[in-house]
Amino acid sequence: MMLRSLQSLGRQGIENVATLGRAGIFLAASLFAIPRLAGMPLVIRQLYREGVLSLVIIVVSGLFIGMVLGLQGYTILVDYGSEQAIGQMIALTLVRELGPVVTALLFAGRAGSALTAEIGLMKATEQLSSLEMMGVDPLRRIIAPRLLAGFMALPLLAMIFSVVGVWGGKMVGVDWLGVFEGSFWGNMQASVDFHDDVLNGVIKSVVFGVVCTWIAVFQGFDLVPTSEGISSATTRTVVYSSLAVLGLDFILTAVMFGEL
Amino acid sequence: MTQNFVEVRNLTFVRGNRVIFDDISLEIPRGKITTIMGPSGTGKTTLLKLIGGQLKPQKGSILVDGLEVTRLKRSELFLLRKRLGMLFQSGALFSDLDVFDNVAFPLRVHTKLPPDMVRDIVLMKLNAVGLRGARRLMPSELSGGMARRVALARSIALDPDMIMYDEPFTGQDPIAMGVIVQLIRLLNDALGLTSVLVSHDIQESMSITDHLCIVADGKLMGQGSPAELKASGCAFVKQFLQGLPDGPVPFHYPAADLSTDLLREAAR
Amino acid sequence: MYSRAIELAVGVFILLGLGALFLLALKVSGLSLESAGQTYRLYGEFSDVGGLRVRGKVSLAGVTIGQVKSISLDPQSLKAKVEMEIRSDVNYLSRDSIAVISTAGLLGEKYVDISVGGDEETLQDGEYFDSTQGALNLEKLISNFATSKL
Repeated sequence: MMLRSLQSLGRQGIENVATLGRAGIFLAASLFAIPRLAGMPLVIRQLYREGVLSLVIIVVSGLFIGMVLGLQGYTILVDYGSEQAIGQMIALTLVRELGPVVTALLFAGRAGSALTAEIGLMKATEQLSSLEMMGVDPLRRIIAPRLLAGFMALPLLAMIFSVVGVWGGKMVGVDWLGVFEGSFWGNMQASVDFHDDVLNGVIKSVVFGVVCTWIAVFQGFDLVPTSEGISSATTRTVVYSSLAVLGLDFILTAVMFGEL
Repeated sequence: MTQNFVEVRNLTFVRGNRVIFDDISLEIPRGKITTIMGPSGTGKTTLLKLIGGQLKPQKGSILVDGLEVTRLKRSELFLLRKRLGMLFQSGALFSDLDVFDNVAFPLRVHTKLPPDMVRDIVLMKLNAVGLRGARRLMPSELSGGMARRVALARSIALDPDMIMYDEPFTGQDPIAMGVIVQLIRLLNDALGLTSVLVSHDIQESMSITDHLCIVADGKLMGQGSPAELKASGCAFVKQFLQGLPDGPVPFHYPAADLSTDLLREAAR
Repeated sequence: MYSRAIELAVGVFILLGLGALFLLALKVSGLSLESAGQTYRLYGEFSDVGGLRVRGKVSLAGVTIGQVKSISLDPQSLKAKVEMEIRSDVNYLSRDSIAVISTAGLLGEKYVDISVGGDEETLQDGEYFDSTQGALNLEKLISNFATSKL
């Protein structure tokens, strides 16, 4: 009994490592197939679906998160009489952490799951096989444009998220709670560094973009082409992406901002 | 130019622990309609994928028009595939393109023809399958039979040398089935194609096929013209072609003797 | 195969994203476009910089006139050497100016406060402040106070 469960554990482990290997080979092969100029229309189409269509959810969540930060920050800081530091707090939280991370989580739920389901359905209805039989490489035609669009969309979305969030925080802090506007911006500008904070945030979101799109596209490509397979792969996309984003966020933060 | 378009020699293909093909050899003659038949789950579709080079066999060789598919490089394989059409069971139309763009797709990808010439070719191909009027419909608006006809038009868009049909008759109403049967025959003769059908609809297949291969348990049970096979003495071929419920393929899933089974239950 | 509206929407999306980066740069991080070449450097040696950070403010009468560029330890004097970038339009700091490390509020961040003296000559690029005063170290202060009392 013990032996058998150990055995199955080992088999599971080997299977997982093999899947990771498949995913790596898949990524490498797709990157080789990144379309040249002629494939740009395909990338633009995917940018529309992954980026533009995610815009609403990003803007709305960014606004509310910024407003909540403003409210919470104010109630805490006002006790120390330093509520003008609210701008600094909101901006640093958003630019360094919440912008890239929340955007990536929302992206995984909104665009990632859709990508997995779409590619899975293409596989189930033999569209991928049929492309291959037509002498068209599905990696180049289907996968690469989606990957590229995801890599580009997430950083853009994250920056929009941060700006909208700062604006939402300013609305609550300055316009409603009466923090002096000059010290709001002044404190923010004195403490946020373009290179250390903004650019590092952008780098984070680029990394998250690569990871989330990679997971989504691979799960779609590798799934068992049944309705059950598609639904479990969609779930896996969201779960794996979220875990990967949160885990990577810690590592990246430690490397960028920490003094480890 | 050899007489056979496809020659499969001593092919062995194993998936997981299951042996799908065990040292099988068969030929697909040029310019004719060949039907590959066999019970469900014997890997007929797998055979088509092997011929198209989507899967690699463990052993044996597959010659398509003199080219050894198993040893082609990826780019050479893609070049060969432009000359092969394949009709998938579901049609496999691209769901984000309409009928016209679906048929135009291989032309746009593989040729640099001017748009009005693409248009003329697409309309001719759609006309051949009788769906010129449906060119602006989306795949989701088509019935199963129509989708298959559009897919057929798409697979002949590049004027291939061979078309492979994967279960073209399953799930079709009698009229749609009749249309497809007729189309396969007509296209084969008019375009000088080689056609391969995978099917287990005996009546429909027998009515148009020139050459028949029966595959079961990873082995070739018999091949020849329909008339030859009907006269065959092989018990399996007889059972399969006549659709008898019991024979070499038993009605019962392997089990212990019924009476001992019942008694064992009672003894408990 | 794809419509003009999609192209347009994607174009707007990319502009929005780049615009956001622009806003983050200018409005949030206060990156100013006119910075390079318009400053000059001054140095100060402090006995204790306790908590002063790179990019900290340098101010005169409460007005920011520059920022801390680097902080290092001088191996000879064993003091902290602070490099400051001062806006070049502020070219009237007299030679006997004093640089003091102060704290904004009780617990706020440390900055360099400069009080100007009465000398005719002004400090030039690369020169040192003659007199400096290090950070007020609360802990030291308290322990000094306690020992002197005893």
